[in-house]
Amino acid sequence: MNKLKRYAGILWIVLGPLTCYFLISTAIAEIKSKPVIDTKIQWAVFVIVFIPIAIGMIIFGWYALKGEYDHLPENSDEVTD
Amino acid sequence: MKPQNKGIWKIIGASSLGTLIEWYDFYIFGSLATVIANQFFPKTNPTAALLSTLATFAAGFIVRPFGALVFGRLGDMIGRKYTFLLTLVLMGGATFGIGLVPGYEKIGFAAPIIVLLLRLLQGLALGGEYGGAATYVAEHAPADKRGYFTSWIQTTATLGLFVSLGVILLTRHGLDSDPAKSIAKFNDWGWRIPFLVSILLVGVSIYIRLKMSESPLYAKLKSEGKTSVNPLKESFAHKGNLKMVLLALFGATMGQGVIWYTGQFYAQSFLENVCKLDFDQSRTILIWAIVFATPFFVVFGSLSDKIGRKWIMIIGMLAGVLLYRPIFNIFKQDTNVKEWLQQDLTVVKQDSSTTVLTDKTLAVTKTVFQNQANMQFTEIKTDTLHTNNIRIADTKPVYTAVTLNTSTYIKFAALVFLLILFVTMVYGPIAAFLVELFPTKIRYTSMSLPYHIGNGVFGGLTPFIATLLTTIYTNDALVGLWYPIIVAAVCMIIGALYINNKIDPNVND
Repeated sequence: MNKLKRYAGILWIVLGPLTCYFLISTAIAEIKSKPVIDTKIQWAVFVIVFIPIAIGMIIFGWYALKGEYDHLPENSDEVTD
Repeated sequence: MKPQNKGIWKIIGASSLGTLIEWYDFYIFGSLATVIANQFFPKTNPTAALLSTLATFAAGFIVRPFGALVFGRLGDMIGRKYTFLLTLVLMGGATFGIGLVPGYEKIGFAAPIIVLLLRLLQGLALGGEYGGAATYVAEHAPADKRGYFTSWIQTTATLGLFVSLGVILLTRHGLDSDPAKSIAKFNDWGWRIPFLVSILLVGVSIYIRLKMSESPLYAKLKSEGKTSVNPLKESFAHKGNLKMVLLALFGATMGQGVIWYTGQFYAQSFLENVCKLDFDQSRTILIWAIVFATPFFVVFGSLSDKIGRKWIMIIGMLAGVLLYRPIFNIFKQDTNVKEWLQQDLTVVKQDSSTTVLTDKTLAVTKTVFQNQANMQFTEIKTDTLHTNNIRIADTKPVYTAVTLNTSTYIKFAALVFLLILFVTMVYGPIAAFLVELFPTKIRYTSMSLPYHIGNGVFGGLTPFIATLLTTIYTNDALVGLWYPIIVAAVCMIIGALYINNKIDPNVND
């Protein structure tokens, strides 16, 4: 199970940049096809909000790959240390 | 009832009432998006006006994570009680303020700007409220009933929606004995009533919360001088805690958010905008579904105390992933007006009116048809009458106000109930799950952020993104569902792989 958790980490790492690419390319295409302020605002909001989340996904994947989730903390000392 | 249990019910009651009112305040804005668009945004382009409101709605959700950080930090530094009192005051003040802002016609662009700022304040306050209430109740609850007691907090979001829908419907129909006049009055000024009423509810809740004492776990930490000096740093700069924050977000709250908003908001939006269902019917269907589904928050919260939190949440997400398209397809098929037009239809009512413009006269004909299954709909035809009395049909007829027969109405209510049942599975156990993941001294901050990114960003943007997808890929009315399906599927896999099903017996550390 731990092996699977680690290998799946690669998937989560790849998912981050893929999401960014899909988001930015769709945003550019949509703004080009409808260059009005509403389109620009809504896509700017999506990009600004989802890119940090995608970066979070990459970090999550990295932790998974490194085996950080092989054992989950059983008390708070393990979390804060 | 044991004295200890009596105490916890007072705590649950006081916490839940305030949280319910905050949700009510937050939802009335979303529920009245179209009316507010007419009042506060330029009317030249109705789509732009509606989009502006939806953007404002989204802004309300996007600031929620910031509220989680600001108030989470406060809650971990000065205590739970005063922090979630502050969020209540902010929310009540902002909601009351929206009810008082003069319209665009009176004060121009100041109106939408003030409304936007107040809406942002609402989002900020909501971001701080939930984490406080859930933490406060969980820190009072015994280990074997943590899921059960915190699930009462989980009912408040749905009940807040229920109360907001009820107040809006009552106000909409209660302003005049003539229904049409009542609706006109509501659209003109009556919409302010649900906002203004909020101040009374908030006042009562503040009074009750003032009488509450601090969480015993937090009070103990404080007396021992062990509270966090920098909760943000401890929550997000320490790998040990950050990895749990990321796990909470990607393995639980992200999927929970989209399941929630698809069941309770996108379903309503789909029934109104795609199925063209009558305004009152779409709302009463949701009300019935909420009434019957709400107890299941407690059922699943309680069940999670016995079998663990993880698999209940995962099954809720799986149900959404597998059943969204079939359920929404039934909504679409059962209200297919184009198919009804091939049948023999009865004309129930017909009204005609003309509008004289400078160069032409517009003739609008509204016809209410009934099909063989007693389903009704209204056809609106707009023709141009030229000076030589030639009538030209300008546009395709518009079909609206679809009214369901009793059996289809019950079927729709049952399907929306099912959608909300999935919500209760993912949402019922989640407060206990999040509380158990983090230590007391940074619990408020650590659990609030993933909750509000999951709910506010992933969930809150669901109706908006789903609607947007239908405008990009116009051939498939169900295309909007791919957003919640994909997000829930990813979250379900992460949750199933990485989350532990073990219940933490000790949240005192």
